Formats: sequence, C-alpha cells, structure tokens
Amino acid sequence: MSATALPTLTAKDLTSDQEVRWCPGCGDYSILAQMKKALTTVGIPREKIAFVSGIGCSSRFPYYMNTYGFHTIHGRAPTFATGLRLANPELQIWVVTGDGDGMSIGGNHLFHVLRRNIDLKVLMFNNEIYGLTKGQYSPTSRMGTKTKTSPQGSLERPGRPLTFAIGAEATFVARTVDVDVQHLTAMLQRVSAHKGAAFVEIYQNCKIFNDGVFEYATDKSVKADNLLYLEHGKPMIFGKDRNKGIRLVGIHPEVVEIGKDCQIDDLLIHDETNDDPTLAFMLSRMTGPDFPEVVGVLRAVRRPSYEELLAKATEEQIAKKGKATVADLFKAEDIWTVV
Amino acid sequence: MSLSHGSAGVVAPPKPSKTSYPVQEVESITIRFAGDSGDGMQLAGTQFTNTSALAGNDIATFPDFPAEIRAPAGTLAGVSGYQVHFSSTEIHTPGDILNCLVAMNPAALKTNLRDLEPGGILIVNTDSYGKNDLEKAKYKTDPLEDGTVKGYRLIRVSITKLTREAVKECGLSPREQDRCKNFFALGLVYWMYERSLETTLKWIKEKFGKNPAVLDANTKALKAGYNYGETVEVMPVQYKVAKANIAPGTYRKIMGNDALALGLVAAAHSLNKTLVYSGYPITPASSVLESLADMKRHGVKTLQAEDEIAAIGVAIGASFGGAIGVTGTSGPGICLKSEAIGLAVMTELPLVIIDVQRGGPSTGLPTKTEQADLLQAMFGRNGECPVAIIAPQTPVDCFEIAYEAVRIATQFMCPVFILSDGYLANGAEPWKIPDPAKLPKLQVVHPTGPNSEGWTGPGHEVGEGSASRYLPYKRDEHLARPWAIPGTPGLEHRIGGIEKQDITGNINYEPGNHEHMIETRARKIENISLTIPDLEVFGDADAELLVLGWGGTYGSITTAVDRAQRKGLKVARAHLRYLNPMPKNTEEVLKRFKKILVPELNSGQLLWLLRAKYLVPAKGLNKVQGRPFLISEIETAIASALEND
Repeated sequence: MSATALPTLTAKDLTSDQEVRWCPGCGDYSILAQMKKALTTVGIPREKIAFVSGIGCSSRFPYYMNTYGFHTIHGRAPTFATGLRLANPELQIWVVTGDGDGMSIGGNHLFHVLRRNIDLKVLMFNNEIYGLTKGQYSPTSRMGTKTKTSPQGSLERPGRPLTFAIGAEATFVARTVDVDVQHLTAMLQRVSAHKGAAFVEIYQNCKIFNDGVFEYATDKSVKADNLLYLEHGKPMIFGKDRNKGIRLVGIHPEVVEIGKDCQIDDLLIHDETNDDPTLAFMLSRMTGPDFPEVVGVLRAVRRPSYEELLAKATEEQIAKKGKATVADLFKAEDIWTVV
Repeated sequence: MSLSHGSAGVVAPPKPSKTSYPVQEVESITIRFAGDSGDGMQLAGTQFTNTSALAGNDIATFPDFPAEIRAPAGTLAGVSGYQVHFSSTEIHTPGDILNCLVAMNPAALKTNLRDLEPGGILIVNTDSYGKNDLEKAKYKTDPLEDGTVKGYRLIRVSITKLTREAVKECGLSPREQDRCKNFFALGLVYWMYERSLETTLKWIKEKFGKNPAVLDANTKALKAGYNYGETVEVMPVQYKVAKANIAPGTYRKIMGNDALALGLVAAAHSLNKTLVYSGYPITPASSVLESLADMKRHGVKTLQAEDEIAAIGVAIGASFGGAIGVTGTSGPGICLKSEAIGLAVMTELPLVIIDVQRGGPSTGLPTKTEQADLLQAMFGRNGECPVAIIAPQTPVDCFEIAYEAVRIATQFMCPVFILSDGYLANGAEPWKIPDPAKLPKLQVVHPTGPNSEGWTGPGHEVGEGSASRYLPYKRDEHLARPWAIPGTPGLEHRIGGIEKQDITGNINYEPGNHEHMIETRARKIENISLTIPDLEVFGDADAELLVLGWGGTYGSITTAVDRAQRKGLKVARAHLRYLNPMPKNTEEVLKRFKKILVPELNSGQLLWLLRAKYLVPAKGLNKVQGRPFLISEIETAIASALEND
C-alpha cells in the first residue's frame, strides 16, 4: 500500500483471532459480517477504529473485530466511549449494546451520550430478551411476552429505542434488520459517515430465547406489508404491491391506499434532515399491526458535537486569556515573595 | 492551654503605633468568623486569610459550614464558620482554641462559644439579639445578660445599624445594605489585628467592578468597620502578629482541592499528555472539577458526568485512549464507582480516583471531615481487587500526592486512590510555588510495534504468527503491562473485564490462569513499594511510643508530638502517605517501638490493617465526630499511653 492510497481492507483483515461464540443461527453473526463488509468500504484504517461494548451477547462483538476494542461493564459502554473520544479525537468509535444493556441498566448513559452529541456510533442489537442470562424479559419485550421471570407474560409496556433516541435529541437515528444484509450494510455505511451521536436499532433474532419475534419483518412473504423503507425526499410508500402509503391527518399518521384513498402527492415526503424531530418521533412510534414499522434513516441532522464545542471553548479561552504555562497557572492567585 | 491572648511566646511590650494606639505583639492568633450561612462568613474568613498570608504570616484555615445552603435564617442548623490561624512561627493546624470569636447572631454564639478561650475576645452584633433571634437559637434568656458570656472580653457592636448608616448613600435596598455587614465586621477585625485593607479593597474592586453600587457599599462598610474600631477604641490595644520566618521563595495560598487540581495538571504536562477529568458534583469534591473546568487552555478536558459511574467510565475510557484519566468524588460516589474500579484493575489501565472523604455512611455528614473510607478503598470491590492508595497529609501536600498518583498509575498501569478529606479540601495554607521544570520528570513509553519476539508461551500459536503480534499483557520488570494507544497501527487489541490469559490478554477461564492472574495483579501493586520512600520516623530512636497517623491528621499529630517531645516525653511520630502498598520498612519501624498509638478520624481502620498485616499491638485513638482532632486530644492520649505501663 502506498502512503497516499486509501487503505484497502478486506473482511479478513478485520477478523480477530478469537473464536466466535454466539449460538448457531444468532442474528449477531449477520451483523458482524455486514460490519466487516461496511468497514472495508469507508476508507478508515483498522487502527483508527474502536469498538466499545457493555455486557450481554451483543457486547462480545469487540472481541471478534481486529480493531481496538474495549469490553466494559454492564450498561456503561457509552461512558467509556465518551472518555475514549475525549482522549482520542481521530478514532472512529462504535458502541455496541443490546436492549438490556442499553435500555435497562444503561438507559441513563444512553440518554446523555445522545443528548451531548458525542461523536459515537451506537448500535443497539434489539432481540427483546436477555440472552446471556438465559431468557428473562427485557425492557423492549412486548407486553405478554412469557419468560422465566414473566411466567404469565410481561406486564410492562416496552420501551421504544428509536423514540427514546429522538427524545434524547440524537442527531442520527436509524433502524434496520439483522438479516436484511444490503440494508444493514447501507445503514452501517451511513452511520459511519455521520458526525455526532448516532443511534441505530437493529432488529436481531435470538434463536434460543425469543426466536421469530421479528418474523413479520424478515419473512419475505409478509415483510413488505409490515415494513416501511424510509428514503430521504421520497413519499412514504410500502406494501407488496407498493400501493400503500402514509398520509398525515392533523397530527396523526394514517395508512392509505394509493389510487383509492389518495394520490402519491398526498403522501408524506420523508425529510431526514428536518431539525424539528416531531415527524421522526411520530414515525418511530408506528407499530404493527395497524402501521408498518419504519426502517432506514429517520433523522440525520448536523449539530456541533461535544468535542467540537469543547475545542472551540478551549480556543476561545486561549484567545481571551492567552496561552499560558504551568508556571503561570501556579501563580494564578495572589502571590507574595519571601526573601 | 495558655490563658493569655495568643499563644505563649515572646510578647513585646505595647508600643505606640502610628495611630497612637498601643500595639501588643503576639506569636499567633486563632480567630473564627461565625454567623448565619447567608451572612458571608466564608467570604470574611477567606479575605482575612488572604490578607494575613500576604502580610507574611504562616496560615492554616478551617471552614466549617452546614450542608444546607440556606437553612432557615438565624437557626442553629444554619450556622457557618471560618477559622483562621495566623502565626509568626510555623504552624500545622487551624488551631484548637479560639482567641477571638465573631458571632454575628445568637445561634453562632451558641454553637461556637465553647471553643473560645477563657478571656478571649468575643465580638457580637447586638442588632441580632432580639426576642426572635434568641428563640431561633433556643436561648431562653439573653446570653449577653444572663452570665453566659462572663469571663470573655465582650465587644458589643451594633453591626447592622452601623453598616446601614455607612452605606445609606449607595442606593441599595435595605436587604442589600444588610448583606454588607460581613465587610463591616471584617474591617473591625482588620483594625484589631493591625491588618491592611488593601488586599480586600482590591478584591472588592475586581469582584464587583460591574456593579458600582455594591462595590461602593462594600468598600464603605469595610472602611467603616475599620474606622469604628479605631474611633471607638473597642479594644485598649491592637494585636500584631509579626511575619513568620518562612523559607525564601514565591508563595500563594492554596486549598487542598486546588492543590490536587494543579498536581494533576503538572503531572499531565510532565508526561506531555491530555488530562481528562470527569466528576459528578458532590461535596466536598466538586471544587476539583470546578477548578479544572477553567483550565482548558492548559490541556485539560473536563466532563461533568451524568452520574458517578459515568464519571469513572469517562476517566477509564480516556486512559484507554492514552490520556491521563482522573475522576474525583466523595465516599458515596466511590460506592457507585466500585464496579468500574474493578474493570480498571482487570484491564490494567492507569487511573486516578480522588476520594475527598466526608462523614458517612450513606449521605452522612456531607460537609464534615472523616477518614472512614480507607477500608472501602482497600477492599470495597467484588473479587480480589488490589489498588494503590495514597493520602495527602496537608493541603499543600495534595499537590505532590496528585503528581505522585499520576506517576504510580502510569508506571504501574493501575488505579490509584487518593484519600483526601473535607478538612484538607477546604483548608488553606501558604504554598511555596515550585518551578514546574524542577518537578520529577514523569515518563511513559508507549509501544509502537509488536512485542512478541521470542514469545513461545501460551497463545503464541494463535494469530498471524508469533513474531509480529502485540501482546497486551506482556509485563515489564515491575509486572506492569504495556500501554498501546488506539490509533497505533499493528497494535490492535481487545481488553475487557473477563479474566484473561496472561501475556496474550485473550479471554481465559482456566483455573490455574485465574489464580496466577490474581497473584500477579496483587504482586504488581506490592511492587510499587520498590519505588516509594521509606517511612520516616521523627523523634528519638529510643522513644517508647510511636504515634502513627495517615492523611489529614498530620497537623494535629505533628504539633501534639512536638509539644510532648518538648515536655521530655519519649515519643516519636511517623505519617503514612502510602497506605497500599505501605513503605518497605513499615514493619521494621513498627517493631522498633514498645507502644504504637494510631490516631484516626474513624473507628480504627488503619489500626485494623496494621494489626492484621504486621501483628503489632497497636492501639487506636479514634474520633468520629465529623471534626478534626484537637492537638490537646492527641497530647492527652500520648501522656496516658506513656503512663499506663
């Protein structure tokens, strides 16, 4: 490789020497493969990439990438990633979390890392279950989900990761599905290019404890009717026959049939760059069976990241007070001399 | 305890001053400003300290304030105090007994009078001794009339009315006028101790430059207080404390928390690294974060985290990234950080954890001092999880301890606890400003290429050939692992909290490896003792009793032992700055003495460690009242330890 050429990585270059230990058939395998594929296309050398994770099945991810990696403690990955970002502005930093790690024990940190707009890429592998602890309901499990800790079905209303992320003012919010490899890769490429705090929910099948929970979004015979693929600047159309769409009535979305209830021009046009998160918030709440669930980029806006603001504040302080040495700092208070 | 005004010492005869008042020279004075927490007593105390420091005295201060920012005005719970000890000789503590007490209201009188020496000067604001004020302070009768203050030199001053009169032309509301009364009181005290107004006038000008009315009023109140003292002859004499005989150099006043901040910055500069400090606001540690947040131009990055866990996560993440990661808190915050400290131990990353101890358990006594987190720092984590622990002994020592913490953390790739306390954090003393170039140069070498050459042990067979691997847990002679910075080509590696194989760092669950790693982590921490100074003993080699302390009790212990030695008692002292590991000669020192007394502001935590570790019959002197030791308490304990054979 010449000094000026972009590094050309192969998926093999990004594969660590560690044996992958997820269960056979786990959705994580696909995410790992698409991640490697996506990273071979973004032009970043592997030493400039770091994966930071918490605890859970998804959080083993860093061990399998031949990049820098930090497997931390439950729920706190965003905090370690924040520190890494402050220390090292040049890295591309990915945070890998799950629905338990990110939405339950780590909900607090997730909120703040998005709110601060730290330049990090948060991937939440959402399988709606605790896998590593062998099958307890999670904060995203649907009401009625029967698990070892919810033998009569979960009594809790599930949290919505995308709604949460938009509420936290995340500047990039997207959703994709583990086995939709092209879409997943495209989303990973998009998030790689984003500057600021990015959040991607990935529907991920847990073969052992929650198998088939996203079948409506993966089964080829039904998924087109259940998923709405968002495209910037395009009307919101979905359905096997591409004849259904989303129209706004007052402040509520409505599923309409094109040609029957309305024309294409009446449909909502997706604008991921809208600084006002209201419509993205609405989209994030659309749930089956009454609505299709959105996949794709809900929101992608540019706001200064925390690090950029910190760098600016530092420059301003230097401009105002001048560069100073440690010796000056020591003498910043009233001093006196004893002879 | 001396009953004379000021410490015993050479007392010069009264001599005429330029204002023709007699001036009496005394060795040292302890004064406390006490009032309602809204009365500005911390400000008055700070100003008096600055002025005294600039006048060349040795100083030591002790602020004592309630946890409530504004408890109901006039109540006992709302009393705030600031004690200043200023001296013409070297001093180590803010003083046991007050020579002068300023009590701005009856509540302040009630809570502070017991500390005033018999015959001491008592200044009261007579305008705040109404029926209501007395009731709030739970006085049934007027203490100024019922004999309560008998035996003190009572100075009655109508501070509120005189202040209002002095500032009436300034255009302030009555409420604003009353806020100036701390400056009146300060001015009066300045006159009594023959201090210049210059430092405070300058401060007022800088502080209130944008608010001319307040600037004018505070200036007038200060001068009015001073002139009142002079005109009314509130005292028959003025007292003067001469300059202390202090080593030549440039000085400033410094509080413990500020010294910690500067020590961290200096160490980061020595290593040519960014300092990343993350904390969550908590008393009494917040001011470290506050100081550092304003030092961006010195290569400091701070983040006020969403909670204590996040704060340490940020610090550890920064260390992983090659910066100096530091977090600071108090005891309750340490509880929350425990799991992350374990991760730093496991991943063997440098980390500095500041614990500015306060009274516990739980929320405890947030604004009061205590030394009760030692065993928490030692053991408060799951599994066997050793960390380095060091403790500053004076506010100034906080600087060196912070610097040393960074040295140990980076040299040994481990977390280092700094156990400061509320007393050191807020106490101030003169600091001889060091030349940064003359501080010990810190060094760290980051690997730039593979380090697996010759490696044929476990794990050599995996990977892309053993000759070109980076082995993140291959150790140096002290057992420290290398610190490869993300971004370095060819050294990509993964670390985490799961037990790892030594050398390779790969996940490993083998029983033998786990035991080996437990032992290795412990031995690494023990190896720190190879790089620290011996425990120094002060006093006769044939002393019968060793007084051994740690942390912020240094001043009281030193003064008490010095006094006991002067009385001819067979006593020596030593102070542990390194708690884990302890200096190599600790056992030898302990076994040299027939008796060991360990004063601590807890129920005997160092004592517990010493007895467990060295099997010595040490005894404790323990106080858990949220207050520092009085010198006299330690003197008494020394005497009784030597009597009881």
